This record gives sequence, C-alpha cells and structure tokens, in this order.
Amino acid sequence: MARIEIRNVRKEFGAFTAVQSSSFVIEDGEFFMLLGPSGCGKTTTLRMIAGLELPTSGEIFIDGEEVGQRPASQRDIAFVFQMFALYPHLNVRKNIAYPLVSQGMKRAEVRARVEEAARILGITDILDRPVGGLAGGDRQRVALGRAIVRDPKCFLMDEPLGALDAEFREHMAEELRALHDRMGATTIYVTHDQLEAMQMGDKIVVMNHGVVEQFGVPQEIYDWPATMFVANFIGSPPMNALPFDGALAEGGCAVELGGAHIPVPESLEAASGALALGARPEHVRLSDAAPYRGRVTATEYLGTTQIVTFDTAQGPVKVRAPSDQVVREGETTGLDFDARTLTVFNASTGRALRSVANREVLDRG
Amino acid sequence: MAEVSLSGITRRFGDTLALDDVSLTVPDGAFVVLLGPTGAGKTTALRMVSGLDRPDAGEVHIGGRPVGGLTPAQRDVAMVFQQYSLYPHLTVRENLEFPLKSPLLRTPRPEIDRKVAEVAGMLQIAHKLDNRATNLSGGEMQRVSIGRALVRRPSVYLMDEPLSSLDAKLRADLRVELKKIQADFGATLIYVTHDQVEAMTMATHVGVLDQGRLLQFGAPREVYENPVSIQAAARLGQPRINLLPADLFGDAPPRAATIGLRPEQIEQGAGADSTVVRVERLGDQTRLHLVYRDHALVTVTDPHTPLGPGDLVPIRPRQPFYFDAAGARVA
Repeated sequence: MARIEIRNVRKEFGAFTAVQSSSFVIEDGEFFMLLGPSGCGKTTTLRMIAGLELPTSGEIFIDGEEVGQRPASQRDIAFVFQMFALYPHLNVRKNIAYPLVSQGMKRAEVRARVEEAARILGITDILDRPVGGLAGGDRQRVALGRAIVRDPKCFLMDEPLGALDAEFREHMAEELRALHDRMGATTIYVTHDQLEAMQMGDKIVVMNHGVVEQFGVPQEIYDWPATMFVANFIGSPPMNALPFDGALAEGGCAVELGGAHIPVPESLEAASGALALGARPEHVRLSDAAPYRGRVTATEYLGTTQIVTFDTAQGPVKVRAPSDQVVREGETTGLDFDARTLTVFNASTGRALRSVANREVLDRG
Repeated sequence: MAEVSLSGITRRFGDTLALDDVSLTVPDGAFVVLLGPTGAGKTTALRMVSGLDRPDAGEVHIGGRPVGGLTPAQRDVAMVFQQYSLYPHLTVRENLEFPLKSPLLRTPRPEIDRKVAEVAGMLQIAHKLDNRATNLSGGEMQRVSIGRALVRRPSVYLMDEPLSSLDAKLRADLRVELKKIQADFGATLIYVTHDQVEAMTMATHVGVLDQGRLLQFGAPREVYENPVSIQAAARLGQPRINLLPADLFGDAPPRAATIGLRPEQIEQGAGADSTVVRVERLGDQTRLHLVYRDHALVTVTDPHTPLGPGDLVPIRPRQPFYFDAAGARVA
C-alpha cells in the first residue's frame, strides 16, 4: 500500500511539453482518477509514476521515498493497460502466475497466490481453461489477476475499460470499484470519461494541455469548478456559462444579466469586464415570475428528468427539469437560478472568482 | 419522404434467428430508434430496409411500394454506418458533393454549393471543407459521412450507430443537431443504437429489440412509463429498474412474480426501513445503494444528501409495475 506524492513534475518531449508542472497527493488506499481529454498529459503522468517515462524535472515520492529517476522494476507497482495482452498459448492459471514465476517464486506460494487472486476476481472455475475462448469480461479479469497476484504497492490503470462496449463497461466499472473496496490498494486510473471518474473515484485530478486544472473530491469539483474548462468538462450536459460584460465588487452579492438582477454567493474578489455566470442545469428552475427570460428551443426526454434547451440573450442555456413538467418548444418563460450554487468566472482568464461558497474547495486545489 | 413498413420479417443465419417475425410501421417523417443489446437484430433490420440483405420471410414496403425486388440504389435510401467510409483521395467538399453529382440526380452547381455549405455548417465542419478526407480526426470523418447522407433528400435515412465512435461532448451536441435536422427536413429516419440516451432523447418512436423479437414499439415516454415486459422495462432508465420479488413490500396482484421499481417509484421517508450500503455521487444525481429485507436496490436522492453507509431510510413503492413469471406486465 502506498501514499504517492507528485511534486512539480514536468515532462518535455523535444519542443513539446506534455506535462507542465503537476503537483498532487494520492493518499494510501485511494482510488484516484486522472481525468482529461486526449492529449492532456494524463497518460504521460501515469507513465512517470510507473517509471515508464522519467520526468524532465520534479519529484515523485512513493511512501516518502523519491523514485522519480528510478526504473519501473524498482518501484513495485502493477500496470493494467487499455489493451489487455494475455499469453495466448498459456491457460488462465499460467497467465496469472507468470509474473510470480518469472520472479522465481516457490511453486507452492505461486499456487496459493494465484488461487487467492482468482477467488477475489471470481474466476476460480476457469483457472484451467485456455485464454483463447474467454469472453471479454473474463479476459479483463485475467489481466487484472496478473496485476493483483504480485501484491504491489499500487495499481496503475490506463483506460482499462476503454475497449469495452458501454453496457459492459458500466458493469466492469462497478466490479473494479467493489474489488478496490475489498483490497484497499492505492489505485491510479486514467480516463477521459467524466462519468467514469465521478462514479469510481475517491479523488479526481482534471488535466488539460499538460496543466492540472483542479484536484479534489468528485462532488466538490462538480459543484465548485476552479476553471471554466472543468465546469465544461465535468457534467452531462456541462455547466452553463452565460457570458456577460459587467462588474462584481469584493463583497458583491449579485450580477446584472440582460437587465435581470441575479443573486450570487458573496464574492471575495472584485472583477470587471468579460465575466461568465456558471450554473449547473439542475440548479436552474423554470419560473414564470423570474425576470431572466428564455425561449424553449429543444427538449430531451431522459425518463426521470428532461433536458430543456433555452435560447437566451446570453446564448443557449440547458436546464434539467422533472420529466412530468410540461414544456412546449417555442414558449418563453423565466429562469430562476439557485443563488447558493452559482459560480462567477473571469471569462478572460477562465478562472472562477473566489466566493464564500467555493472558497474552501478552491483552497484545497 | 416516405412511410416504411416491415411485415412479418424473419431472417436466419444458420441456427441463429436474427429476426423473428418482426412487424412495425415507421410513419412518414418519424424518427425511429431501434434499441437493443449486441445481437438483438437491430442492424439486420436496418439491412432489410436498405436492401443490403433480404428476409427469409416477410415484406418491406417503402412509401407503400413493396421493395423486395429492388436494389439498394433503387430503394432511394441514404445510409450512415458506424465505420465511416470516405473517399480518401478526395477533399471533404468533394466527398460531400459526391452523392449530388450522381448522373441520376443532375443537381445544378449553385444548388450543390448551397447544400454542401448548409450541411457543413450544421455539422461544424465548414472550416475543414478543403482538407483531404484522410487529414481529419475520427470524429470529423464521421461527421463528413453523416453529411454525405444529409446532402441528399432520399425517401428514408438509415443510420447504424453513427455517433458511437465520437467523444461524449460531440455526441451530445450531435444528438440535438440530428433531431433538429430530421424535424426540419421532415425526414423519415431509422436509427440503430444500443445507447438508451440516444433512443430517449431523439426518437419519436422507439422499437425495443431483443433476440430478434420486437418487444415494444412506441414513444420513448410510453415505453419508459408503460413497459409491456421486464425486458422492455430494463432497456430504459438509469439507474436500471429494480426487479424484486412481487410480495417484498406486501400484497401483490394475482399472478405477479416480480415487482419493478424505477427510482421515481420508490418513495423515501415512509414505509419500512432499508439500510444504505453505498452513496454514489455522480454530480447531478446521487445514487443510493440500499438493502431492503436482504434485497439490493438502487435509487436516486438529492445530490447533497447527508446519508451515509449504515443509515436507515424508510421506503415504499409508489405505483409500481408488476410482472408475471414469464416477464409480461400484469399491473
């Protein structure tokens, strides 16, 4: 088990900087998600933790020991790749045993460890089957078994579910999380799927263009994004960002948006010029009396809820409403923003303005 | 645009019954989504309409005309496949123009330019028109192949998982776009997917397929709120519908074997206690994993619920579904 600390880590490939200067901490036993779009540097970060790439500068600590420049073999971690490669000529048992046998471990112990791993994964009954005929899920479990069996300090997973179809992915995500809860091993998991990150992670790092945008607990990041990138990347549909020109004083408690006075959490900093009001779709309510108006342009039925798209003076705004609420395309109504949940962004820097509501979360990373 | 009907379509591949006596009518101007897991027969059904495959029994009509003897070209359909197939030596513009330049259509030049510009705008690829088709990302290539279908006005559009290779954000944008384009064109569109969000948000009608059989056909809201069977009920809804012994909460109607509870059919704060096992926070919704009399169930609650593992929550059903032992709805 391990606590991992990344301190000012930077990685350059020639003229290209893949990771700018990352710092974050992964506590012992955490399920930790590295989240971002393709090319954001998440896989490079993972590979540096593994020792498959060496950082250009900065330090990586595993249990207090600086390992940044050491090769993978000296770090005691296990890597599970997106494309799980099994040895096709070996059966399940031999595939799982392989890392132990190659370490020269005694036969009896190998046997015990393989059986323990198989029991954890629920694949005891297929141990003596060839891997050739296995279904996708079982192949994935065998690949995991090969990682578990080494009893490493930490598991690193690079989009291990990326190649699976949606339905099965959801099932495996639950299984992986349950497995983690049973074993309690520190796990670092790379994904570009924000829902997967929200669903499985104890903590999330959101990266973009090699920069750590935000780091913290999923729900806190969702509620209080530090940047407009995070606000847009997390959530489906994403947070609305309504652009406006205006000013907010230190201690200010409202913004003027298209002539409407909209209360926001008390601001701790002053800003003026290009700003944006951030509101999650479920924090906007339809209300005839509200002064901020919008015209319905689309509705998307989702069962329990529906997504209603409005055309407003600030562009499209999406609202998540109960599906039994009757909404007609073309009609104009008022939009009521839940004041406690709003974030004001400086649109030119993309950063959230600090307020009494998001202060604590932003201070944490 | 045209009405499309399938009557008694059956198709076997060796021992596998890919389509088992499927009948459905796609009204003119409808957006029909065929939804089902891998192997349900969705793509086979689409191929029957396109003419890429022929049924062993049954008939397909397009615009009231039997099309059994017609080739795909004669059927006047436009297809979009999951795997984009573009002409690699042509630019995006030339790829989009290609169907319009068919000698059968003889589209005048200004008309071609107008249509290409319109479609490129809708699909957000206007800035890539002069790129080579191979010089695009996967998402862009897929948008070009959708665009190549949209420049034409066939009697029916057929799309086979056209969005599944795109990233989540683009998929969400294109869902809204496709629905709007279809409505604006008044187009008849048959769309195959295993993604229930696509089915719920875009379709005027959903056809739920499973193992070659059409389980239910109706508006998304109707299928969701009034499913005919367990299989149809389990296809829609996130989290999935809870299926439990019929008498778990007390008296059940006669013949009922299973009670079906969607999250909104579980009333919290009344009834008997369940225990919270896990609280799963997804941002906009928080899922409660509960245990009620040794049975696991999942429901949703307020995103900022103070509940945690071990807490007790009283629950009771509210207008639940009941199914018999074979899975058919009885109440």
